[in-house]
Amino acid sequence: MLRFILSRLASLGLSLIVASLVIFTVTEVIPGDPVSYMMGLNAPPEVEAALRTLLHLNGSAPTRYLAWVVGMLHGDFGTSYTYRVPVAGLIAARLQVSLPLTIYALILSTLIALPAGMIAAARRGRPTDAAVMGATQLGIAVPNFWFAMLLVLLFAVRLHWVQAGGFPGWDKGLWVNLKALTLPAIALALPQASILARVMRSALIETLGQDYIRTARAKGLSRAQTLRRHAFRNALIPVLTILGLQFSFLLAGAIIIENVFYLPGLGRLIFQGITQRDLIVVQSVVMLLVAAVIVVNFAVDLAYALIDPRLRRPA
Amino acid sequence: MRVPLTLIIGATLTGAVLLMALISLIWTPFPVEALDIAQKLQPPGPVHWLGTDHFGRDVASMLMVGARTSIAVALIAVGIGIALGVPLGLWAAANRGRWIDEVIMRGNDLVFAFPSLVIAILITAVFGPSAVNAIIAIGIFNVPVFARVTRGAALSLWTLDYIRAAQVAGKRRARISVEHILPNITNLLIVQGTIQFSLGILAEAGLAYVGLGAQPPTPSWGRMLADAQTMISFAPHLAIFPGLAIVLTVLGLNLIGDGLRDLLDPRLRRGK
Repeated sequence: MLRFILSRLASLGLSLIVASLVIFTVTEVIPGDPVSYMMGLNAPPEVEAALRTLLHLNGSAPTRYLAWVVGMLHGDFGTSYTYRVPVAGLIAARLQVSLPLTIYALILSTLIALPAGMIAAARRGRPTDAAVMGATQLGIAVPNFWFAMLLVLLFAVRLHWVQAGGFPGWDKGLWVNLKALTLPAIALALPQASILARVMRSALIETLGQDYIRTARAKGLSRAQTLRRHAFRNALIPVLTILGLQFSFLLAGAIIIENVFYLPGLGRLIFQGITQRDLIVVQSVVMLLVAAVIVVNFAVDLAYALIDPRLRRPA
Repeated sequence: MRVPLTLIIGATLTGAVLLMALISLIWTPFPVEALDIAQKLQPPGPVHWLGTDHFGRDVASMLMVGARTSIAVALIAVGIGIALGVPLGLWAAANRGRWIDEVIMRGNDLVFAFPSLVIAILITAVFGPSAVNAIIAIGIFNVPVFARVTRGAALSLWTLDYIRAAQVAGKRRARISVEHILPNITNLLIVQGTIQFSLGILAEAGLAYVGLGAQPPTPSWGRMLADAQTMISFAPHLAIFPGLAIVLTVLGLNLIGDGLRDLLDPRLRRGK
């Protein structure tokens, strides 16, 4: 097990390094100089030079890359060109919205999808199965941001149950914030739940066809017991893979959904960064998103090994 | 051979959208770029079937032209995915277990860590928003998908006797890949292509919605939804129709994908 973890850790580190190189290289070829953009056309050269030093824009590409990476490892993501405050603080503030939203959606998606997939698999070929599969087919086809707009139309505009958007801030208490995040989380969760339910269903159907399931039934376990004790655990491997992938889709989705609900999350930060050519913000947020995906996939790999001892042996 | 019902429904839906896009090349109910402020924010009616937007533009006409944008972006992105992903997958499979296989697959994993939205953000930050950049972003995202599917299918073929025979006969690996492996995985690639096509439509809509896709005045479904958002309380039709267009297109393509899988893969047929 230790060897397995170490080899996974090594590949995790390598992925992060290569990803950071790719991001740095892509953003470094950017046309347009952030300093002249910030200072306007008539800025004196010595002021521009001073700002360039302040923002660590001097030096060769490799030195700047190293400075960027070493800084990030110390929690220093650089200084925003436009806000003129540390990017780390900006990101931390925005994460307080985006991360809870993503996790909320992930929980909702799992809570809906796993039972739905199990019911469909247990009632395979019957009307319940057809209904679940039909609903998921539709759920996959619905863009989450459009679904979000429909939710706003129904619950905020027509029924006045909730505010159409905005985020009160965590200091105002847990309940109001959860309420503000509920519609966005539902909008994010349902399309993903549709995919997850389908994977759960087909994985369960696959396991239910195995010999050990017949054995379990033959030794007198009921259908429900077999499903819970034997089939469910074995069907979890493909489900976990999809859950890992879903995290990245949900995080990316959260960035889009934030626009619908005017939530002050990472999405708003990054889109402002793009329009204002705030390169360091874009660079750092993208690195953070990609790192999150890589780390989650690493965690999924470890979780496989916990669920299925066969996978602990190095390939 | 019975044609699956899903395939018929899917083909009808997708066919209708394609037809709409094609007709828009020669005719739309109203010129898309014609502003008519006097007729702004009309609800659906006999003159403007699906109503008008805040500039008085005809929504039905914009939807028809927008279909062109969606289809073009998603289709070219699938093309990029196939053109780069399939050769990579074949190459990796032909060299199973060697370093080149390892490099290709790890490269795949790396690209997989960049969701298409993130790629689009990076490209847009550098080159500015445009439909072309949306195509590139979605296309890059498609490459590892096709590489993986190709490699997986090709690996199982490489163990078969007739491939061994071809090797013994002295054919080179590259030639075997093209002459024997590729024709046998075409079905699979068609199914995957349909799925990626539908995902591409969704991705294009999302990118256009956040302003990273086609720029005005090019009509695009995602862009229309972004414009509709602030007017949702008094002009909900502006939000509803572009969304429905996306859903029906994606649904149609997904049903085609499911139907084709049933039709082309006899092993799955007995499961139904």
